[in-house]
Amino acid sequence: MTRLDQLNDLKPIYDVVVVGAGPAGMAAATEASAHGLEVLLVDEAASPGGQIFRAITETPLHDRRVLGEDYWKGRAAAETLLASGVHYLPGATVWHLDPVLQFGLSVEGRAAAVTARRAVLATGALERPFPVKGWTLPGVMSAGAAQTLLKASGLVPQGRVVLAGTGPLLWLLASQYVAAGHPPAAILDTTATGNWRRAVGALPAFLRSPYVAKGLRLLLRVRRAVRVVSGVIELSIEAGDGSATEIAFRRGDRPMERMAADHVLLHQGVTPNVNLASAAGCALEWNETQACFRPRTDAWGRSSVAGIAITGDGSGIGGAEIAALRGQLAGIDAACELGRMAPEVRDGLAASVRARIAAYDRGRHFLDLLYRPADHFRLPHDEALACRCEEVTGRHLREVAALGVPGPNQMKSMLRCGMGPCQGRLCGLTVAEVIAAERGVSPAEVGYYRLRSPVKPVTLAEIASMPREERDEKAVLRV
Amino acid sequence: MVETYDVAVLGGGLVGTAIGLGLAGQGLRTAILDEGDVAHRASRGNFALVWVQSKGMGMPRYSSWTRESVRLWPDYAASLREESGIDVSLHQPGGFTLALSEGELERRAANMARLNAQPGFEHLDYEVWDRSQLRQVFPEIGPEVAGAIFCRLDGHVNSLRLFRAQHVVFARRGGAYLPNFQVQEISRLPGGGFRILSGERCIEAGQVVLAAGIGNARLAPMVGLDAPVRPLRGQALVTEKVAPFLSHPIVTLRQTDEGGVMMGDSQEEAGFDEATGLGILGAMADRAARMFPKLGQVNIVRTWSALRVMTKDGFPIYQHSEAAPGAFLTTCHSGVTLAAAHALAVAPMIAGEGLTDALDAFHPRRFHVPAAS
Amino acid sequence: MFQRLPDADDAARRTGIRFTLDGLPAQGFAGDTVAAALLALGRDTCRQTAISGSPRGPYCMMGVCFDCLVVIDGVGNRQGCLVRLREGMVVETQAGKREVGR
Ligand SMILES: Cc1cc2nc3c(=O)[nH]c(=O)nc-3n(C[C@H](O)[C@H](O)[C@H](O)COP(=O)(O)OP(=O)(O)OC[C@H]3O[C@@H](n4cnc5c(N)ncnc54)[C@H](O)[C@@H]3O)c2cc1C
Ligand code: FES
Repeated sequence: MTRLDQLNDLKPIYDVVVVGAGPAGMAAATEASAHGLEVLLVDEAASPGGQIFRAITETPLHDRRVLGEDYWKGRAAAETLLASGVHYLPGATVWHLDPVLQFGLSVEGRAAAVTARRAVLATGALERPFPVKGWTLPGVMSAGAAQTLLKASGLVPQGRVVLAGTGPLLWLLASQYVAAGHPPAAILDTTATGNWRRAVGALPAFLRSPYVAKGLRLLLRVRRAVRVVSGVIELSIEAGDGSATEIAFRRGDRPMERMAADHVLLHQGVTPNVNLASAAGCALEWNETQACFRPRTDAWGRSSVAGIAITGDGSGIGGAEIAALRGQLAGIDAACELGRMAPEVRDGLAASVRARIAAYDRGRHFLDLLYRPADHFRLPHDEALACRCEEVTGRHLREVAALGVPGPNQMKSMLRCGMGPCQGRLCGLTVAEVIAAERGVSPAEVGYYRLRSPVKPVTLAEIASMPREERDEKAVLRV
Repeated sequence: MVETYDVAVLGGGLVGTAIGLGLAGQGLRTAILDEGDVAHRASRGNFALVWVQSKGMGMPRYSSWTRESVRLWPDYAASLREESGIDVSLHQPGGFTLALSEGELERRAANMARLNAQPGFEHLDYEVWDRSQLRQVFPEIGPEVAGAIFCRLDGHVNSLRLFRAQHVVFARRGGAYLPNFQVQEISRLPGGGFRILSGERCIEAGQVVLAAGIGNARLAPMVGLDAPVRPLRGQALVTEKVAPFLSHPIVTLRQTDEGGVMMGDSQEEAGFDEATGLGILGAMADRAARMFPKLGQVNIVRTWSALRVMTKDGFPIYQHSEAAPGAFLTTCHSGVTLAAAHALAVAPMIAGEGLTDALDAFHPRRFHVPAAS
Repeated sequence: MFQRLPDADDAARRTGIRFTLDGLPAQGFAGDTVAAALLALGRDTCRQTAISGSPRGPYCMMGVCFDCLVVIDGVGNRQGCLVRLREGMVVETQAGKREVGR
């Protein structure tokens, strides 16, 4: 691996540019490079690993039991990357990609343009918005955020810590805190009770999948050490002196209960991070089981835009193992498309990868059904902020939806939701689902925000430094 | 049973809702038929200027019509606020066009002089400011800024709030907003009035007003109207919210009341392609950073492009169909500036005796006059 | 308030990275982002919003929520969760809207 330290080290054109150095991006990059392609791997983080293997090469934690063996598996992937011929640019934000495969990226306030012959987007997942009252208070953060603090800095929250929500990551974090000797005060489990019934059909396949053993061990470890409150159907976080001090919750038709909390860690699953793909023009589609939009891709991860493949959780949630395998497929396909192997060879290489994906897929469906977040937690409470950036509440959304707003883009024009710096990452699904609910149709019909570059804020000077032609100047200056 | 209305406005952008709320205010049962969420809707991507200074070269009447609307604007904003509770943040402190060289300033000043020298042009007051004058108003201008044109009549609003306020007022006045109704066919009913079709859906109305922006080109011939309009792409950028920094709007740069600084806007012949491109954005960013160097370090949070609705000469079209009385066409590219005139002047004409002579200059017959050689 | 696990608190890191936080001397560890260092110091609020002025702190720690904004070395609205702490850094609360030129 060649580590690039500055933009000046970049070439103007690469065979393959991979965005995201998580399991999917690392696999895609090393695979493509192994077939002799010149590969650039870019990531915003300072070291490789993505979300699951965050700080894998530099975590301060030595006791392997705290983060668990699944985390340490990331070492192998990172070492493969280190031994490869990939050019790796850390600390770089990709903020532009267009259909001619020109990227705009920035490092520490300076920007450069790079062109790819093929683009692989492995931008991973985001935690799903959790628009309950008080989720914007200091002292409240996502479970993934708390986990990042643990991995990268060895930090655990002090005082009364409450985890709330649903999904594997919530339980994983709890078990890591238990292993670190800091069990949380409680877990408020919001898994909808009906989900068990819906998931039971998928149970036999799950029992044959690689997920079973570790999943059960983890649940047991947590349940032994932590108070778990199940069947929670309402949550609200209260503040004293500006920060969270208490969480109120309701089970079934019981009255509201309260619990002191200095830290509330929220989580209800992850959804694909679609901003870059969508801004590049890749078509999205609604996935009803996972209740999210994802880019439309074929069996190789190719999107609707020629030359752009999307892989890993960014193309649909599958978890780290599937992400790495799908990344490998994208790498193989890039090598074939760029003439490094015949399609028959590619298909042969892919067959064993696909078989391994199938093994994991078997278990995945059960997890999708069991941990599908409940409608009443995906839709915002009237008093809760739906759009954190522009401070738009659930009530605002419903009032304006009543004017006959057909979809999120009209809503955005009317209320500014999605116009802030996060560019809809923390409100896009909420807004689409509110409109769908008010209109009584599926989010598939309502659609998603129209996204454009820059997908992350960049300075005016950085945009001004981009290459341009005389006709561009002429379109702007008219006297 | 087919829903019937007194009047159907086709198009729910700024032009359609301004006229729609005006008609509903005249007591007419009004429907606005609109496309879905993804549509060419310039109302969602405009620059929000209420602007006079550069307008009317080639058609003096356009300048005076614009000035009529600008004069109506304060009352219009007040009535929107009263009825919707939404403050559209109208500010008319006068506006500038900045020049980045002496040559550019001279060319801009010459254009203003030529504008005023046209026969029949109602005199427009404007000033040519030099750099030192300009620095009194904008202390942060960059070294290349040579001066500016200033016109006291110019101003701006919050156009997204205007868009919402017009929708809210229309609804409060009893109007029916029908989205996802992409009009495919308009036909005349035997006893007068019109039938309007979209797939399976159908409504009837005594009168029909075409305010469908770019879509007018296709719809107009169905009812004996003529709308030779084409899309002209404009791109824009906006910064994160910053503390108040610009006291006056500049034709390509303005700070919204919320804090974002908007920069625009390009003019590109790009068909119906609403993409944004690095080259144009870069060129706009570069000019903005040369006007105000300190903006260079501010973050751009969004860019967008929208399609302006352009006629061949750039001026609006207002037409009452002779072949199909009761069918009207309203199309223009400055739907923010003209919103007040549309709601307060054009709508009453449509509700009353039809378009008056005041709008004669905007009849599309002007496109068919053989050009003088 | 976040605390460091003893396991993470080894000698090499304990030397620490010195910076200033709203004018006062403060210390973080190698490998910390600015946001992590602030949380470890018990600073769960790092900004007031540009609209209502309400207090916010880091929510996602992965660069997507923009609630970790702080002023770093005189430059406003920087994402504390993406910027590594460096010796001598000057970090300040982001109080509402950023100012042009700062
Ligand atoms: C906060 C969080 C914590 C998680 N923790 C666990 C866990 O402990 N265990 C587990 O099994 N699963 C966990 N998951 C799920 C797990 O992350 C995924 O299944 C897996 O990481 C997917 O791999 P990936 O390569 O597709 O994406 P990721 O690992 O997410 O990698 C994507 C990479 O892309 C980079 N990136 C994104 N956009 C840009 C851009 N515009 N410019 C430059 N770089 C960019 C990101 O910095 C990131 O490094 C977590 C998810 C989240 C969101
Ligand atoms: S904490 Fe979310 S962007 Fe930094």
